[in-house]
Amino acid sequence: MRLRLDDPYVNRQSIIHRLHAAIKLFAALGIVITTIALPRSAWPAYCVIGIALVVIIALSRLPLTHILKRLALLEPFVLVVALLSLWQRDGVLVFAGLVTKGTISLFTMIILVATTRFSDILRVFWSMRIPNVLVTTMSLMYRYLFLILDEMTRMTRARASRTFSPGRWLTWHTLADVIGHLFVRTSERAERIYAAMCARGWKT
Amino acid sequence: MHIPDGFLDGKTAIASAAIATVGLGIAIRHVQQTFSARRVPLIGLAAAFIFAAQMLNFPVAGGTSGHVIGAVLAAVILGPSAAVLVMSSVLILQCLMFADGGITALGANVFNMALVAPFTGYTIYRLVCRVLGGTLRAKLTGIAFASWCSTVIASIACAGELALSGTARWNVVFTAMAGIHAIIGLGEALITSLVIVSVARLRPELLQESAELEAKPAYGQLLAYGLIVVLGLVLFVAPFASAWPDGLEKVAEALGFSGAAMQQAVANSPIPDYQVPGVGSSVISNILAGLLGTLIVFVLSYVLARLLTSKSNSTKSLT
Repeated sequence: MRLRLDDPYVNRQSIIHRLHAAIKLFAALGIVITTIALPRSAWPAYCVIGIALVVIIALSRLPLTHILKRLALLEPFVLVVALLSLWQRDGVLVFAGLVTKGTISLFTMIILVATTRFSDILRVFWSMRIPNVLVTTMSLMYRYLFLILDEMTRMTRARASRTFSPGRWLTWHTLADVIGHLFVRTSERAERIYAAMCARGWKT
Repeated sequence: MHIPDGFLDGKTAIASAAIATVGLGIAIRHVQQTFSARRVPLIGLAAAFIFAAQMLNFPVAGGTSGHVIGAVLAAVILGPSAAVLVMSSVLILQCLMFADGGITALGANVFNMALVAPFTGYTIYRLVCRVLGGTLRAKLTGIAFASWCSTVIASIACAGELALSGTARWNVVFTAMAGIHAIIGLGEALITSLVIVSVARLRPELLQESAELEAKPAYGQLLAYGLIVVLGLVLFVAPFASAWPDGLEKVAEALGFSGAAMQQAVANSPIPDYQVPGVGSSVISNILAGLLGTLIVFVLSYVLARLLTSKSNSTKSLT
């Protein structure tokens, strides 16, 4: 089985997709920072940013339904945290401001994620002189994420097909066993990878 | 616990990003200095492993489900510095590949979940092991207790950041975050100790390896982490803990000149201030309640460890 973790539209061709990852990364950061720095009731400015984002979505040839689906998945977290702001003076106003800011920022990040491969972002990190160890860790993580998730899915499926009447305690126990096994396999794989890296002349 | 974009104001975002960068820098230096090259791929794969483990859903009552966070798991298996690196990588990937957790809140998220959680968890785990001895039962008690504590402390840091940003009142956000995570922490404790039992049964030498690494802990590094974590907690949480009823108003007044706010935070932090008359009995009763809850969780951790070790012993004698 092949898991799809990265965004399904990340390999589309469009002006936005072809932009250098660094430009997109810093542009997204800029938009988010601007949105946050705006005063709470700057509604016209929010509208301008919103329209700009819609234009970017159109330019990047992403289906709007896809973006909205991602948004629906992530928006609840924004709403839950924003709910806590209701218990204070002018709570409703603060709530409205937070939800707007949070949603615009989410929109921006979802567009970034849907148009930029993580491997390209890693390349930006390499050129930014972020410490080697950190970028190596992230690169290895990105490279093996799919494999390890695949392995985990296989193990949980095998577990599910063999456990007929799972009580809650048993389910927890077997799922924890799955994680334990997964760690053992992961560290064995790491040994093999290290041997393979050395065989190909890798040096720290 | 991932803070989205838009919930932190400038000073909190910048302060937490600065602290997170310094903490991450310490971890990177430590890994570069002490880890053999053989373990570098393991750190990368462990990050992928923690990410995968987070996606495994454990059924909780009523159709809901939870998942492991894995900070203490990583810290116990790999040591604190590698755990900081692993958890940070997971958070950066979640932010830039899944838009989960804000990009401007990345510093705060890294501080809460990749610094506070592994460091406090690891420290508590080591302390419990030192008090109870190095048996598997003692370790499991420590792991379960540390998992709960680290989850709750990280959530309190998160609450402090939100309150300092003026997003919500401290007592609301503190009650909500600490309350929910006191329950989530129980699940985290149970899963983490179950996983460690499983690894201990399958490949005990994997845990042994990290134990050898721990045998000569770099106290300088641990001290540096401690300072960073305490500094962050003092900045984000202490202003509220010492002036419970109107901490937010004070900070809201200080909003815009963070330097003054920080000075105030430092001035207010020493523990004797808790007894200041007027702050009153609500703080003390809250602290007492917190202590009592912690004590109960510790006892529960011990019971869990007893249960798990007696069970694994019996399975061992069966095989």
